[in-house]
Amino acid sequence: MSKFDPAAAPIPRRRLLAMGGALAGSLGVAGLFPAWARSGTAGIAHASPHATAGSGVLSGAAIALRIGESHFATGGRSSHAVTVNGTLPAPLLRLREGQTVRIAVTNTLAEQTSIHWHGLLVPFHMDGVPGVSFPGIDPGETFTYEFPLTHSGTFWYHSHSGMQEAVGLYGPIVIDPAGPDPLACEREHVLVLSDWSPIHPHEQMRRLKMMSGYFNRQKQDLAGLLAGKDQSLADRLAWGQMRMDATDISDVTGTTYSFLVNGHGTAENWTGLFAPGERVRLRVINASSMTNFNFRIPGLPLKVVAADGNPVQPVETDEVQIAIAETYDFIVEPGEVESYAIVAEALDRSGQVRATLARRMGLAAAVPEIRRRPVLTMRDMGMDMSGMDMGQDGEIDLSKPANESMAGHSMKMRDPAVAPTVKMGPGVATLSPMPVDRLADRPTGLEDVDHRVLTYAELRARDPNPDPRVPSRQIDVHLTANMERYMWSMDGTAMSENPDPIPFRLGERVRVNLVNDTMMPHPIHLHGHFFELVSGEPGNRPRKHTVNVLPGGKVSFDLTADGEGDWAFHCHMLLHMHAGMMRVVTVRRDGEPEERHSGHEGHQGHMGAGEG
Amino acid sequence: MAPTLSRLILAPLLVSTMPFAACAQEASAAATHDHSSMDHSMHGMEMPAQEMPQPTATPVMDHSAHAGHATSEATVSDQPGDAPPPPVPTDHPADRIFAPDRMAASRKAMIGEMRFSTFALQVDQLEYRAAKGRDGSGWDAQAWYGGDIDRVVLASEGEGSFGERAERIELAGYWRHALDPWFNLQLGVRHDFRPDPQRTYALIGIEGLAPYWFEVSGQVLVSDKGDTHARGKAAYQQRITRTLVVEPEAEVDFAFQDVPDLSVGSGFERLELGARLRYDRNRSLAPYVGVHWERKLGQTARLARAAGDDASGVSAVVGVRAMF
Ligand SMILES: [Cu+2]
Repeated sequence: MSKFDPAAAPIPRRRLLAMGGALAGSLGVAGLFPAWARSGTAGIAHASPHATAGSGVLSGAAIALRIGESHFATGGRSSHAVTVNGTLPAPLLRLREGQTVRIAVTNTLAEQTSIHWHGLLVPFHMDGVPGVSFPGIDPGETFTYEFPLTHSGTFWYHSHSGMQEAVGLYGPIVIDPAGPDPLACEREHVLVLSDWSPIHPHEQMRRLKMMSGYFNRQKQDLAGLLAGKDQSLADRLAWGQMRMDATDISDVTGTTYSFLVNGHGTAENWTGLFAPGERVRLRVINASSMTNFNFRIPGLPLKVVAADGNPVQPVETDEVQIAIAETYDFIVEPGEVESYAIVAEALDRSGQVRATLARRMGLAAAVPEIRRRPVLTMRDMGMDMSGMDMGQDGEIDLSKPANESMAGHSMKMRDPAVAPTVKMGPGVATLSPMPVDRLADRPTGLEDVDHRVLTYAELRARDPNPDPRVPSRQIDVHLTANMERYMWSMDGTAMSENPDPIPFRLGERVRVNLVNDTMMPHPIHLHGHFFELVSGEPGNRPRKHTVNVLPGGKVSFDLTADGEGDWAFHCHMLLHMHAGMMRVVTVRRDGEPEERHSGHEGHQGHMGAGEG
Repeated sequence: MAPTLSRLILAPLLVSTMPFAACAQEASAAATHDHSSMDHSMHGMEMPAQEMPQPTATPVMDHSAHAGHATSEATVSDQPGDAPPPPVPTDHPADRIFAPDRMAASRKAMIGEMRFSTFALQVDQLEYRAAKGRDGSGWDAQAWYGGDIDRVVLASEGEGSFGERAERIELAGYWRHALDPWFNLQLGVRHDFRPDPQRTYALIGIEGLAPYWFEVSGQVLVSDKGDTHARGKAAYQQRITRTLVVEPEAEVDFAFQDVPDLSVGSGFERLELGARLRYDRNRSLAPYVGVHWERKLGQTARLARAAGDDASGVSAVVGVRAMF
């Protein structure tokens, strides 16, 4: 444990106090967790299919959510929180494919709020992004979302207003299939992974703008050099020359974060129960604002059965890096062993959270040590030429081809010709000169672990892809940054510069090539659509709503633009999105902008029922 | 031109050294990237060459379980077309469902929320200087307000010995504008409350992060009396451990002419060197100890000696760095 050890904190009792709203009076400390998230839960498969008071599982055709102020404490840290029905995480919504649901969201905050249904395919005006798809929910207002559930799977919901997502407003969604579930197991648990800081995300942002390494306490040092750790002197000099930091893995870290499973820190040891011989389905959701997690259960293989809600052909692995906003369903078979540690380790290894899978309460398996934090490589700069004779004699020669015709390193790190669509300016510090497709790469920091690690390339969709067409065109989207100034953008333009939306024709098939010109992975999320990762041969490519683009690399996905309307498209690291790594994607019928002025009868009818 | 060239040079190298799947991806990526500049005849030449005859579908399916092998065939066989993109609409679909004025306000609020503008106070040095004979103090701090590209900065530095009039009190106000990823322009004024007589200077400068993480700045100052000066600064932060940082720093002043009023002679006038060892566990308040050496140079030094002052001095320092 590097900085802060939650297990060592005194009085590790967790408390969540609802401060306001009608719920405050009726809930004691023990009742402040939804039942499914309470430690020692028997699992959600045993929850009533109908809403029961206090279970924290909300079902049925009409659901009411109340957003309010709370106070949250864990592992010695405490602060103001924004919660739903007084709980953190928010209630589990368990719904059934084929039903239409009405969810009335009441805002008791003094500021605007919203809820976005992450991964659900809903009409765009029900998607819940203020300024894109609806006006937001003002204080005192109730907005009723209404949409049909057209598919099943594990999803989640969160605020898209301000930075409420970072201060507690997130919860899980489970949609059961209309028919029998081929993945049905003896037991199911939902695990919502998240990060919690007493420092408000706006203040985190301010500090990062003041000093981009503010929360990074794991930089390379002289002691490490003398001890032969991390990079060699030659590499350090080469990286220093480029003003790049090989330990810039996460911006907001365990220095300020407590990491949580279902709202519980390591000391609080959230425990999910099982009986010997059962197959247990774990629905794992990374609802963090800024933390990618390495997820594993030492000693227990994870059978991946769904990613981002979509079933995949089962693949067994030992560890999965779950990016922010992704969801994975695993089936595990705990057998006769009494307890297992569930470990979610922050990508930069600045902290981790342990939960437990056990036959009864009170058991805990050994918690593994946090592993050494990774150090980035040339591949993370989009400069990998492994196989070429590089790095000999302490000299990094990667620039040779460019160097011989140009002035030197700095030119090569920022050569506009490699990305003609990027607007160059102070916000773009680097362009990946040779980004490679990294779908088959193990994710950052897991390159060398001696057990199986899931790569995107291992995923194959269980069901055939619905649209077999080859894309009729493609677009490049560059993920750009100046990490030193803490500026984040797409194609060199921040959202605050009010860029044009990215236009699609309704129904067209387009390939989107995401190129990561930064040294940090970005979980890129497109609202209202599933896309197919261009990995493996066509037919059963993995369908996802979020894809983590590894540093210096690229990812292509094929998209059928079948969701009419405007949609958010952004990095799901909350501070990156907020700093500008976001776009609006607009899907229109052919010739529609002109048509609009002549008359728009067709749309009003079925889209009118929004505001409550 | 150069990246295309490098790709041409590198592609064969990669082919010869990387596993098949990866290199095929790479090659196809290169082809994809240059798509717009290629004519269709080129595709005609390319496709048959790479589309190898496949015996049956089944063995290929088996390969798909492996990460890369199938990918190569896939990226060739499902090369996207080059249909033109649709026009960029200027209207907003949400306006058809919700009150357009509310949507307009909401859009404005969303964009506004992502526009960063804030305040910060950074005290780089605030220290006690223990010197032979007379102790003193020194400081170097700045406050700023603004966004990523443009900021308003109020900066101050100075020093003095206890029981005497301060030797130097400078207050500068300038507009800081980002020129490129690393460097900023400074435009503004500096007023020196000490030494006497007080002077006001117009200031133009550049500051930034040089390769190898050197923090550098250079300023040219022209006073209301017409005399011109320059100042250069450089600093470097070396982490010894995760919490111990040593920061060597240099500052030099240059005068383009004699300024008798200020006892300054033309040429290099003043050099400051320092090294501070900081305990950097807490970002907002980090204590340090160090050494500070200062010396008047050239004609300025001669003028100081003639006035009975020391031309140079060394002091042990203890202080704090703070960030709010
Ligand atoms: Cu990002």
